[in-house]
Amino acid sequence: MRILRALITLAVLLGVWQAIVLLTGVPRYILPAPLAVADALQRQAPLLIQHGTTTLIEILLGLGLGVALGSVSALTLASFRTARRWLMPVLVVSQAIPVFALAPLLVLWLGYGMASKIAMATLIIYFPVTTALFDGLRRTEAGWLDLARTMGASRRSVLWHIRLPAALPAFGSGVRVAAAVAPIGAVIGEWVGSSSGLGYLMLHANARMQIDLLFAALAVLGVFAVTLYAAVDALIRWALPWQPDSHPAQEKD
Amino acid sequence: MNAPLRPETIHAPLSVTVTGARLTYGGVALFSDLTLHIEAGVTTCLLGPSGVGKTTLLRMVAGLAEPEPPTSILSGDGAPLRGRIAYMAQQDLLLPWLTVLDNVLLGARMRGERRTPALVERARALLERVGLAGREKDRPATLSGGQRQRVAIARTLMEDKPLVLMDEPFSALDALTRLRLQDVAADALAGRTVLMVTHDPLEALRIGHRVHVMTGRPATVGPALEPPGLPPRAVDDPALLALQAELLRRLAG
Repeated sequence: MRILRALITLAVLLGVWQAIVLLTGVPRYILPAPLAVADALQRQAPLLIQHGTTTLIEILLGLGLGVALGSVSALTLASFRTARRWLMPVLVVSQAIPVFALAPLLVLWLGYGMASKIAMATLIIYFPVTTALFDGLRRTEAGWLDLARTMGASRRSVLWHIRLPAALPAFGSGVRVAAAVAPIGAVIGEWVGSSSGLGYLMLHANARMQIDLLFAALAVLGVFAVTLYAAVDALIRWALPWQPDSHPAQEKD
Repeated sequence: MNAPLRPETIHAPLSVTVTGARLTYGGVALFSDLTLHIEAGVTTCLLGPSGVGKTTLLRMVAGLAEPEPPTSILSGDGAPLRGRIAYMAQQDLLLPWLTVLDNVLLGARMRGERRTPALVERARALLERVGLAGREKDRPATLSGGQRQRVAIARTLMEDKPLVLMDEPFSALDALTRLRLQDVAADALAGRTVLMVTHDPLEALRIGHRVHVMTGRPATVGPALEPPGLPPRAVDDPALLALQAELLRRLAG
């Protein structure tokens, strides 16, 4: 039912878009009609698949790397007081630097290939994942810690059996945010300098006034982003069935 | 109803004596030079109004709060109490991601002990004893408040420690559930050394062999009241009602 409603909304929006183009007669190099975009999607499918694959690999590797690095950082910060004292300020200040401003540097250092885009996606994901998991690890129910202490548990055992599982819902929120922003990182990286990928394709289509191709690339990117988010969301729900707010979006109507 | 379940290891009942206990909060002495004797093999109830410091006293014995000098907590056999207590709090403190059975077996998990078939069998037997046979695989979220506290009792018994410390374990439950659980607890804890903190005179009289009233500022612990008969005592016992009046008078004075 929810999917059907979303599809109807989408169809109405596309209809309005088509109507605006037909009624105003806006040239197709400014705003192509949805049907023209659909045509471009079909005609340029091999090209879109080729560049889409590049971007998808960048997004997935960036997401994996960012989540892994963020988890390790959060666990280190939570486990060692010294790490917390010395690294927390660095971590916070590092966020004051806009990650986008680093994109040209990353391209300079890591080249025009995939590495700089993966690094970009990793960087943009790293902070939300680290803070989400670290916050979760710090906010363990005090009673559980008391209980563990009376049971004679070691610090490591408490971290592994209580604090980490208890932090997983917070970590899940961080990973959801990461899934949503990972495509941004990859595309920004491609805009700054690349020879492949959907961002590259969009820039070129724009320069050559192939606005229908630009929209087609954008549509593919949108499908990636939505699918990735839905997949990550489903994975988190499946992994944490005990989470009390498993279905927050379920409205009663 | 159930066959008595022998503890895995037979402990000689342990007594504990607290002397010179002192607690200051914000420069004000909540109690000082306080003495409490926890007799071996029976349930001692510490009854007092909120904010009198009884929970902190229990936490000192549990090793969860740093005892303020010159507080001295000595066990009857002279050995340290560390690792020889089982703790039960007002909240059930069940871990939502573990099944009921795994929650009962939490102590072994926290200490990294091997999960032997004998251990699992004992956990199952304890669950049956608190009336939760067949719920082993369920998650805590599917249980009612009373059932959750029953699991907590099973977990406390699973620890099989010479000293059981209970901090208002039933105060979050409705009246009828509370009475039922008092029966379960009194039956299950028979023969063990128990210190239970409560603000409910009826609860203290139903399951305590010895009832102390802790009141005043700085607080003092009154002489032990030993209600006749064996716990769990009937709610409508006239002697109990008379004693309840007496306890209420002591609490007020």
